[in-house]
Amino acid sequence: MYLITERMDLKKRPRPFETLVRSFLFFCAAFSILITFGIIYEIGKEALLFFGNPEVNMMEFLFGTRWQPQAGDFGILPLLNATLTTTLFAMIVALPLGLGVAIYLSEYATKRTRNLLKPVLEILAGIPTVVYGFFALTFMTPLLRSIFGTDVVNIYNTASAGLVMGILILPLVASMCEDALSAVPYNLREASYGLGATKIETALKIVVPAAISGLASAVILALSRAVGETMIVAMAAGAGAKLTFNPFESAETMTGHIVRISGGDLSYDSIDYNSLFAIAITLFFLTLLLNIASQKIVKKFRQRYE
Amino acid sequence: MNIIRAMTLMSVLFLAVLLFTIINQTFGYAIIETKIKPVAIIGENRKLTDLDKLELVEILQENITTGRFSTLERDKSMQERSRDDIYDLVYLEVLQPKIVKTWKLWDSLVDSKEIKQEFAEDYPDAMLIFKSWLSKDFIQNAQSSKPTEAGVRTALLGSIWSILVTILVAFPLGVGAATYLEEYATDNRLNRIIQTNINNLAGVPSIIYGMLGLAIFVRALSSITSGQIFGEFANSSDNGRTLLSAGLTLALLVLPIIIINTQEAIRAVPDSLRQASYGLGATKLQTIWHHVLPNALPGILTGTILAISRAIGETAPLVVVGAATYITFDPKGLFSKFTTLPIQIYQWSSRPQVEFQHLAGAAILVLLTLLLSLNSIAILLRNRFKK
Repeated sequence: MYLITERMDLKKRPRPFETLVRSFLFFCAAFSILITFGIIYEIGKEALLFFGNPEVNMMEFLFGTRWQPQAGDFGILPLLNATLTTTLFAMIVALPLGLGVAIYLSEYATKRTRNLLKPVLEILAGIPTVVYGFFALTFMTPLLRSIFGTDVVNIYNTASAGLVMGILILPLVASMCEDALSAVPYNLREASYGLGATKIETALKIVVPAAISGLASAVILALSRAVGETMIVAMAAGAGAKLTFNPFESAETMTGHIVRISGGDLSYDSIDYNSLFAIAITLFFLTLLLNIASQKIVKKFRQRYE
Repeated sequence: MNIIRAMTLMSVLFLAVLLFTIINQTFGYAIIETKIKPVAIIGENRKLTDLDKLELVEILQENITTGRFSTLERDKSMQERSRDDIYDLVYLEVLQPKIVKTWKLWDSLVDSKEIKQEFAEDYPDAMLIFKSWLSKDFIQNAQSSKPTEAGVRTALLGSIWSILVTILVAFPLGVGAATYLEEYATDNRLNRIIQTNINNLAGVPSIIYGMLGLAIFVRALSSITSGQIFGEFANSSDNGRTLLSAGLTLALLVLPIIIINTQEAIRAVPDSLRQASYGLGATKLQTIWHHVLPNALPGILTGTILAISRAIGETAPLVVVGAATYITFDPKGLFSKFTTLPIQIYQWSSRPQVEFQHLAGAAILVLLTLLLSLNSIAILLRNRFKK
């Protein structure tokens, strides 16, 4: 009789402690959503205060060509322009070199050279950005000035900041591109060799096109990293928003402006303070968009070969 | 082929040039002049280096203000100080050395003849030394506006304190979240959103976290982060721009990285271990606590160390959260104003005087050494893990 009741009790035994731990762990995971909400709510709130200010209108913010908070001019174009200039220079360095390194690592390198090269890239990727900023100031800028002349190149300029930023991003591009290239199935290469193609022809005409979506996602992620990069531009690109297309002149980027203004004494109720959050939310959505695009492309790419 | 090899070599070259630039700034000749000539104090026929301790104390007492003398006495009494210690004091306090000219390492090696000639011709009373800007004093001294006395102690302590806060907050949260996502989470909409969200957070620029920290920790929670509600009225003027805010901001920043790294470590634990544990009648929690986590531990620690070394190098969010750039006292607790090593580097390198560029170079070497040792620990752990 006893045995039967025992057997009939098939319900899961309640374990309050396990449930408690499980809820705590769920809270930990859900905390990340809180962070995202925090970013959108807190930064968005201050940004709304900025846009709600009678001195500001949305059209002027998006298309105004002057950013001078003292004079009440809040056009984001000069800041955005400087961000794009530094990003462009960073891409000029990081994309070809990163792809070159990736091709070398995935197609040519022996195991020994890989083991030597990978740590170099890892160290480059692990160096703090403030060190790169110092490098831009004490090496790249003097170099540019000695090549193009001190009257042409300003002490603070977007070209120097952008080029050094390219070095910073290079390891990221290299490792993402290498992942994409090594994911290309080996029989594609063998087919190419079978048709008499050389190694370099195979790498450039078969492997790279086959991995193109992976490479594209690397480019987009690199863009997002360059747009959000702060210390190099804050140290080497100069202070003061200026709409200029000359990369040898100083100009302030979105991130550089935030750092310079918030580093000083700032009253919390001023429109200056709120304007920083308007820049920040623009930056947040810009990088978010790029990151999502990059992930989407990677996902598509994986589905093709697996 | 050659182009590709050249490109690869170039990235190695970048690292070499980068390291060279930093070392180049850190060592080199410097001409040091004293504001007061030794002759003016002890006369023609004697040398300062020959004097004994008592004479040096006498000189010190006669030439600095009584207030300054008693401050020094309070730090450490004159009896306890060694002769060399007092000699240094006389040198610093009475003679007041000043750096008049400096050279970088490369110039010092290549043009050393010209430098010595220039020194002999233009600075007859000064002293030419080969200076290492990175020295024991540099690590032990507090921040100072005089380049000869400035050091990184306050900044180093600030970095350590804020990182401790970061670890204490981010490690449990991160490991907890990763455990949930890998061991408990079923494939439903909510969990997918959480996972995507974490991946996206990892790509958010660090300055955005700085703005978040400014809005939440510095302003909204200022009564907590400034220590007011804990009765820390002495520091209430810090209005939330404290070590606690800095540590918490960095914790938010590295949390997604720790979660992603921990997830990978947990995923690498073979499923057979879990099955065996269940087979012996262990509950889910027992399996996770006694088998999954201990097995994933080296991987988790490696990932956490890498995340922490990212946090140590972060500058922008801390500038936004309100690191003070000029602080001469050590942080006394969570509610102190703070500065950190990268902030110090940022501040020194944006100064126009060359001496501060040398100091920035030395501080970078300290920072890189710190990061390198952390990374070596991570690599050692990773290698042990592989076996």
